[in-house]
Amino acid sequence: MTMSAETRHAAAARVTCEDLVVFLNACFCCTGQREFYSDGRAQTVSIEFLHDYIRGNYRRLYARTLAAGVNHFNRARIVTELLASSRHLEAGERRDEGRLVIAALRSLPAPRAYRALLAVRARGVNNRRLRAIVRDFLSSRPDLQFDAIKYRGKLRDLILHTHLRLPGELGGFLFKGWKQRRYATPLLETFRQAHFSDEAMYELPFTVAEGMAARRNIDRAVFLRKIAPRLTALEKLRLQNAAAREGVKELAIDLARAGLTRVAIYLLSLPSAERRERRSELQAALDGAARRCLREAPLALGRVVAVLDRSHSTTGSPDKPRRSLAVALGVDALLRAASAEYMSFWTPAEGDPLLAGPRGQTDLTGPLLDALETRPDLVVVVSDGFDNDPTGGAGEICRVFKARLDPEGRTTIVHINPVFDAPELGPRRLGPGVPTLGLRDAEDLPTALAFARFAAGDLSLAELEDYLARRVDVFLRRADVAPLEEGA
Amino acid sequence: MKFDDTSEGLGLRGLQVAPAQAFGAVRLVPLLKEHVREDLRLGTLDFKDRRPHAVGLRGQADAPTVAYCSYIPHAYVLRWASDGTAVAARGAALTDKQLGLREVGGVRVLHRMVRQEEPGALRFLPLHLAMEGFLSLHFGGPDVAWSEYSRQALSHGLSPRRERAVLGSYVHGLEDAVRMFEIHERQVGALVFVADALAAMVVFPHPDDYRALHRSLVRDFFGELVYQYAILYDDVPAHRVAVREAEISDLADLRAAVARARADWTAFTADMAAGVLRETLRWKTVHRTGPFRLRRFMSALRPDEDNHIGEAIVRDSGELEYCKTFRLSAAQVRRAYLLEKLAQHHWDLAATAEALGVEVPALLVRLRNAGFGYLLKEHVLKNLPSGTV
Repeated sequence: MTMSAETRHAAAARVTCEDLVVFLNACFCCTGQREFYSDGRAQTVSIEFLHDYIRGNYRRLYARTLAAGVNHFNRARIVTELLASSRHLEAGERRDEGRLVIAALRSLPAPRAYRALLAVRARGVNNRRLRAIVRDFLSSRPDLQFDAIKYRGKLRDLILHTHLRLPGELGGFLFKGWKQRRYATPLLETFRQAHFSDEAMYELPFTVAEGMAARRNIDRAVFLRKIAPRLTALEKLRLQNAAAREGVKELAIDLARAGLTRVAIYLLSLPSAERRERRSELQAALDGAARRCLREAPLALGRVVAVLDRSHSTTGSPDKPRRSLAVALGVDALLRAASAEYMSFWTPAEGDPLLAGPRGQTDLTGPLLDALETRPDLVVVVSDGFDNDPTGGAGEICRVFKARLDPEGRTTIVHINPVFDAPELGPRRLGPGVPTLGLRDAEDLPTALAFARFAAGDLSLAELEDYLARRVDVFLRRADVAPLEEGA
Repeated sequence: MKFDDTSEGLGLRGLQVAPAQAFGAVRLVPLLKEHVREDLRLGTLDFKDRRPHAVGLRGQADAPTVAYCSYIPHAYVLRWASDGTAVAARGAALTDKQLGLREVGGVRVLHRMVRQEEPGALRFLPLHLAMEGFLSLHFGGPDVAWSEYSRQALSHGLSPRRERAVLGSYVHGLEDAVRMFEIHERQVGALVFVADALAAMVVFPHPDDYRALHRSLVRDFFGELVYQYAILYDDVPAHRVAVREAEISDLADLRAAVARARADWTAFTADMAAGVLRETLRWKTVHRTGPFRLRRFMSALRPDEDNHIGEAIVRDSGELEYCKTFRLSAAQVRRAYLLEKLAQHHWDLAATAEALGVEVPALLVRLRNAGFGYLLKEHVLKNLPSGTV
């Protein structure tokens, strides 16, 4: 059987669209870390395959996915892939890619950006394009001296690879060793002095000072107390348990400024007795974070019902402890703040969601039926997709509900999945009828919901390209980079 | 071993089967308790120090040179109250003195395999009762001194009699399945299937006991067949719910259809475990205290079916409070079957051969191949054909 040129073209477009949706969905949730149901190795192999496949077949779109709100791990990976293979590109394509890469590097946290560039070095690639991009990246860093202290090894390796000239005393500092001389730059001089004096050590960034303190056998409690003013917000959040253990009071955090998922992870890390004591405070922090999040990315929904999973599998892995449960809590708070009418059903149903930990089997069937009975506009299911009481019940309900009870589509069902399932090359689906969206941070829910139409498979490649083009414009503008030449 | 009762399998009185959870070739089926009672509890006793353990023999517990050596990862401590009041599981809180432990040259000697630690508490080793019962089957050897049997068989019986088993963590995929399994709230037990063959049934008295002992599943031992199945099969199909959409006109229908599908799978799972739940079992009561009976059982030993041995604590009302089963491999069943046939015919080779429908040399070959050559005199075995008959 032969296909006409048009049919072939349409089929190719459909395949491209489907491939890209699979890839984007994987990039929303996968971090290459161990999950509850699969180990880190399987995750890495799976996501590496996806990157290779999409880069090899759809390079132009691959570069544009940088702007689609994929998570940091995958953004860094795309940057590496793009920079490591560019031999047969046209000049125009190269310039466009370059702009996207620069914008991506600026949007990443510094250590990730450095690591992405060093990964190119590990591939044995060194060319004019890479050097230009590294030069641009370094010139965009707000404080290169600070980087030279905090990311000393990374910056040094990068300069070693690209042979770029560093401003001021930095070259000597990184390559001749800090013992050689005194520095006129205050931060570099502090670093030198910190090797001899404790006071200077407490002027340094936490991660640098921590190693020095350990070498000098400084008591952990004393160290934490004195370094407290130097800590970043995230470091403070991370060190809460250590501080409580050591009896350090100076590390009090302002929950009113932390991100939604971070707050959820933090509160899940507290012992249940403390959670019970501070219940109202924690709930307020969660709601506050949700409202702040909505200010940045507005979302207005009608009657919404959520089915949320807190079964044993939301324990996650040692790499991502209780992450799925934290995402569920975050989505719960976000939807409560964003919708006109809201109800939530947890599985298992017993106990206060804020106080109970991950426990029990996954019965999505019962809560989903309860949710559908309220006839909402939108049902959001947050689960890792392994429903086992009974297996496959949720998928069947969605399918039959759509086919028989709601053919005109008044109720939309969306499945949000925080877990990347390595064998399936994407978040595990409930069934063919329900769009499944990967989600790493609850804050990204608006992006995920906007993407839901593509995941449902009812939009074309042209629409997907349009969507990416709009995101690219915003992405480049935010990073202060010139727009693409050939349009999107 | 003499059995004192034959009945229709373990049954599921007081228990509910919940939907199965499949991981690779392993399928774990939760068993939930309908009414949780507090008067019988089980705890583990983790022998934390990694030294070898030995168990003193009856009457010779203090003789330093006589001991029964066995791999003992943990023991169970059972506590009960005869009047139905609640008891707490103290498990690991017992002290050495209460345990009847003593040290001989770096080896910890436990006083007896099963021991009443104090009134209302019994220490015993998991599956030991069942396995010991199986090994001691017709252990005495020929009861009539037929001339074919060796002197050793006539004077020492079947000693040494041994069987092999595989540690749970060696069963491919079991460890992962146990880790990923999601425990239900009222769960007290589980059916373990490997490649959809029933490998074991485990029931504990209380949901908290099950939660504590769930991971100890990988430290139990399993039959050779289970080990092989786990290697040979990658996957078992999940028991997925399917609903016929033509029958659905509203949400209540949908709810009912799902409930029906769930009930169908439950019944099907119980059928899959018919080997211990429904088939005839032979029982022997070992210990009786308050309303509880500690019993061991063995299935009918038909070589063409799956056969299980096990131990159970049964309440007077028939509810299962504790149970552990072990699936015998084909070779193990064959051995036990031959012994049983011989014993039925007073160890007369000719009569046994006739009952089995074979000639005497063929029976001899079967005995030799089953590993019972040491029971027969040298000249009897001398001119037998090699291989199987």
